[in-house]
Amino acid sequence: MILSVQHRTTYRYDRPVRGVVQSHRLTPSVFDGQRTLGWQVGLSEGIRGGGFRDGAGDWVQGWSVRGPVGEIVVLVQGTVETADLSGVLRGHREAIPPEAYLRETATTRADRALAELGLEAAAGLADALAAAHRMCEAVAGAIVWRPGATQAATTAAEALARGEGVCQDHAHALIAVARSRGVPARYVTGYLFAAPGEGPQEAAHAWAELWVQGLGWVGFDPANRCCPDARYIRIGSGLDARGAAPIRGIARGNGAEHLDVDVAVQAVQQ
Amino acid sequence: MTFFNEMYHDGEVRPPYARLEGWTRAMPAELRQMKQAEAEALFRRIGITFAVYGEGGDPDRLIPFDMFPRVFTQDEWRRLERGIKQRARALNAFLVDVYGRGEIVRAGRIPGQLVYRNAAYEAAMAGFVPPRGVFSHIVGIDIVRTGPNDFFVLEDNCRTPSGVSYMLENREIMMRMFPALFRENRIEPVDSYPERLRRTLASVAPAKCAGEPTVVILTPGHFNSAYYEHSFLADLMGVELVEGQDLFVEGEFVFMRTTEGPKRVDVIYRRIDDGFLDPLCFRPESMLGVPGLMDVYRSGGVTLASAPGAGVADDKAVYVYVPEMVRFYLGEEPILPNVPTWQCGQREDLAHVLEHLPELVVKEVHGSGGYGMLVGPRASAAEIAAFRDRILADPDSYIAQPTLALSTVPTFVAEGLAPRHVDLRPYCLVGERVELVPGGLTRVALREGSLVVNSSQGGGVKDTWVLAE
Repeated sequence: MILSVQHRTTYRYDRPVRGVVQSHRLTPSVFDGQRTLGWQVGLSEGIRGGGFRDGAGDWVQGWSVRGPVGEIVVLVQGTVETADLSGVLRGHREAIPPEAYLRETATTRADRALAELGLEAAAGLADALAAAHRMCEAVAGAIVWRPGATQAATTAAEALARGEGVCQDHAHALIAVARSRGVPARYVTGYLFAAPGEGPQEAAHAWAELWVQGLGWVGFDPANRCCPDARYIRIGSGLDARGAAPIRGIARGNGAEHLDVDVAVQAVQQ
Repeated sequence: MTFFNEMYHDGEVRPPYARLEGWTRAMPAELRQMKQAEAEALFRRIGITFAVYGEGGDPDRLIPFDMFPRVFTQDEWRRLERGIKQRARALNAFLVDVYGRGEIVRAGRIPGQLVYRNAAYEAAMAGFVPPRGVFSHIVGIDIVRTGPNDFFVLEDNCRTPSGVSYMLENREIMMRMFPALFRENRIEPVDSYPERLRRTLASVAPAKCAGEPTVVILTPGHFNSAYYEHSFLADLMGVELVEGQDLFVEGEFVFMRTTEGPKRVDVIYRRIDDGFLDPLCFRPESMLGVPGLMDVYRSGGVTLASAPGAGVADDKAVYVYVPEMVRFYLGEEPILPNVPTWQCGQREDLAHVLEHLPELVVKEVHGSGGYGMLVGPRASAAEIAAFRDRILADPDSYIAQPTLALSTVPTFVAEGLAPRHVDLRPYCLVGERVELVPGGLTRVALREGSLVVNSSQGGGVKDTWVLAE
């Protein structure tokens, strides 16, 4: 598929701020499942900083804006050709070993309920891939997709206790379940093309990747009960949502910040 | 247990201390007391009152200074120097490796989980090689002695070891109070340390730096217990002492605010912990660091000394594997051995430790400063029982070592001179070259019989001499 992305993030400040510094992970991953045909990231009035590929294989780009400034816009536009690799992240170069993705974070800590969910789903299964699918199914079944039910800071354990959440909660829960089973897991951000009426409409999407011996990293999307295919564009990863955040930033000043996000993903060619 | 006395051995005065014998004999008690009061007044006037890194305790308390020096011969020092440099090289090679291909893990020489699941491992550093392949630019290696030729490494400090200002001040004060001693003994100078440190830092300037690098020291501020040392070193090095708010990121570089406008900074000797360096990368609530710093660092616009994540090499659980690092990366045998160490996380080791608790020293893997520590021979049965429960609750967090017969050096006490236990922390500089000044910080346990030299536990400091040939 050829997918086009328009992603605009607007920050408005009550009172002009003295300056802004941001760190972006907003560039499509380089692997066999996708080829970037054109991609641009811009920051209004921004000064481009240093860029580098980090240990997870993501392109990180620094930006700064001189104040005073009352509003800034991050605009991402591009086109990517994708292929369906059944979720397998083939041909991706990275330096962090899978073992590092067994580390706990505050939002992905497995409480007893999450550990039990993993145990029920995967206990006794020798086939790592089958176990991963079962864990994904279990999380999908235990957390109903409901926008607005949770917040950015909601933990995997809280989402499971509530029984509802959004893609971030699904991904956190699957990561917690997998790590509790000794399976390295991580949070992945990207874009999803979904035709109208085709399940959760989260164009700015998130899912999880689990380390499967013999295959490497494999994506699982509990929110859509599937593995990422040609409808997905992969951007970056981290131990959890915070670690994988596409935009991290800080403004110098004391004006309150208002955020407005607008994402559109279209299929240019099926 | 018998202890090696560095001055009196086998009924004789060891040669390096020969001239100090007469010096102490010739000093009446009143003069000694007067001199001791003078030394304290000097320290107070300078304002040097901080605790050595991570030791806690009252930061404004003066660490007691003992006037009786600790002395090494040139031969002893040469061996120590070779061993320390070797270790500093191996620790840096290890850091480059584990943030790169991880060959030592792949080769099965160190368990991967000890490295990659370690709290001090920074994923944000993976795939990055700092300038000249140096992660730890100042390596503080704590050494203990148990006999004429027996030295052991107790601990490595790869992040920002402190205390070097004591090394410099102790010498300064000794020279001011006892100039004759420095004429009678040929003592290697240590005062080149600040300039060597500056050169080391300048030598690791980033690729994008053109011309003479601008070096700064980044401090958490005056409320930090080691603030005195930060300002002292900045002064002696002739570089700016800055706080996070004095620096900002613009474009590809870091700048410092000055009265003449922004000035680009190339090397930051940071005395703040990894977690506080950059709120965009680490703790988001931190106000001590510089937002965007890590992006500039990783894209080659500035150098951080030490590199974030260097602490994975000085972890107490990783310590056990340092001799293996020396063999693996340098193809050499370690010149300075480790203290034999049992890892409670390993079943056979744990069994041994539990059986021998009254003889052992047990330490928390992530603890420091002599807290969370059991000294078996000095502990009561109840203390041992309580510690046993703590170990059993979380064996991975504890290591155990034999109670070492730490050497003693004569020390001034109320009744005159008496032997007290000591250790040594030299400061190895790693940049374009690997070097160290002949000396270090000798810490002394002032309480009779105490084996704990930490200042929070009643420790003091001594001037440390290396005799020229």
